[in-house]
Amino acid sequence: MEWLDTPAGRAPRISSEIGFNDRLGACKARWGIGRMSYMVPPGLYAIGRPTADAPVLVTANYKMSYDIMRHTLTGRDVWLLVLETYGINVWCAAGKGTFGTGELVRRVTATGLAQVVSHRRLILPILGAPGVAAHQVAKRCGFSISYAAIRAADLPEYLDNGMVTTPAMQQLTFTLYERLVLVPVELVMALKSAAIVAGAILLPVAALGGLTAGIAALFAYVGAVLTGVVIGPLLLPWLPGRSFSVKGAVTGLIWSGAFYLLAGGRAWGVPATLALFLALPAVSAFHTLNFTGCSTYTSRSGVKKEMRIALPAMGGALFVGAILLLVGKLL
Amino acid sequence: MKGFRYLKDVATLKLDRAACVGCGRCLEVCPHQVFVLAEKQASLGDRDACMECGACALNCPVKAITVDAGVGCASGMINEWLRERKLRAPGGGCCS
Repeated sequence: MEWLDTPAGRAPRISSEIGFNDRLGACKARWGIGRMSYMVPPGLYAIGRPTADAPVLVTANYKMSYDIMRHTLTGRDVWLLVLETYGINVWCAAGKGTFGTGELVRRVTATGLAQVVSHRRLILPILGAPGVAAHQVAKRCGFSISYAAIRAADLPEYLDNGMVTTPAMQQLTFTLYERLVLVPVELVMALKSAAIVAGAILLPVAALGGLTAGIAALFAYVGAVLTGVVIGPLLLPWLPGRSFSVKGAVTGLIWSGAFYLLAGGRAWGVPATLALFLALPAVSAFHTLNFTGCSTYTSRSGVKKEMRIALPAMGGALFVGAILLLVGKLL
Repeated sequence: MKGFRYLKDVATLKLDRAACVGCGRCLEVCPHQVFVLAEKQASLGDRDACMECGACALNCPVKAITVDAGVGCASGMINEWLRERKLRAPGGGCCS
């Protein structure tokens, strides 16, 4: 480790290169492996050879956030102030308040930033604003806050153009790729709970209708989960409706149709067919509704409203589906 | 947000225009361009785009903005609901 001497002690000089281990670590975190302990120590870091008038950029101590920042700032001389957010990204930590006024003021004081730099300006990500009250920070430690951009990728342009935020830097996006990278960890988490439900489906169906029926039911269920977790989020802007559960139900209906054709549904009879077209969309709808947690445009009040209608509807569909299956068995 | 709209008439965002001092901080922190500033006063131009993150309310120096901000994901809210009814131990939740 290289160090840079400052009036407030020495600061670690960090490389802006992203190596194999950083990429592997990011990939593992995306799949939920060691994700909750993927962090770096909070504090003040030097990128390049920053002087007393170099800009100070603030980020979270989730290692993926830190890596994106140092990589984006390649070839520059800047200070990076890393807050203790317990390994959580800026947006989620701001929502919880750990990327917040208190921690920012504490970290500015603990690092002796006022002695290290001659100016009094901190550059923050816009998505950190839900946790930080800029006027309070100014009052408590004398540093004024500039909310620069949403994406770290816009920082070079921001720094080069005299620290001016353009309208594009303030606009959130939710592109296919941005949705795709969120899918693996959602999938891992969903499959954990789905494994329990899958067992609860396989055993009774196999007991009542034989092993083949049990495996078919399991396949139908797992397909509905995957549809809700993967297909719903990926097709999000093109699916009908504003509600996530409606979008999920639509993909679930398509899966129901596909399964009907794959499994030779014409031999089933009316009750079993109806049960399939009720239960599978409900399962997909539930999982796509859950993706509201990953989206960057759904409001708490909206999700509440949607849940009040959608959860009873899903429960009802599953209940009626189960009754229909039993009735079909008895007829 | 371009290409995405969530439910209409649900956002709890409120702005007290009489209290507004026109500093424009809400326009800076809002990731959905909900506010507009005209003649040194902010107004709600697109309330339905609000995702209730709370950044504007927290950063308003005169407390002119209120919004019921908080975790907006379904699993987090189900856990919250279960905890309130003591059906589940505290802790856990999404992205925690």
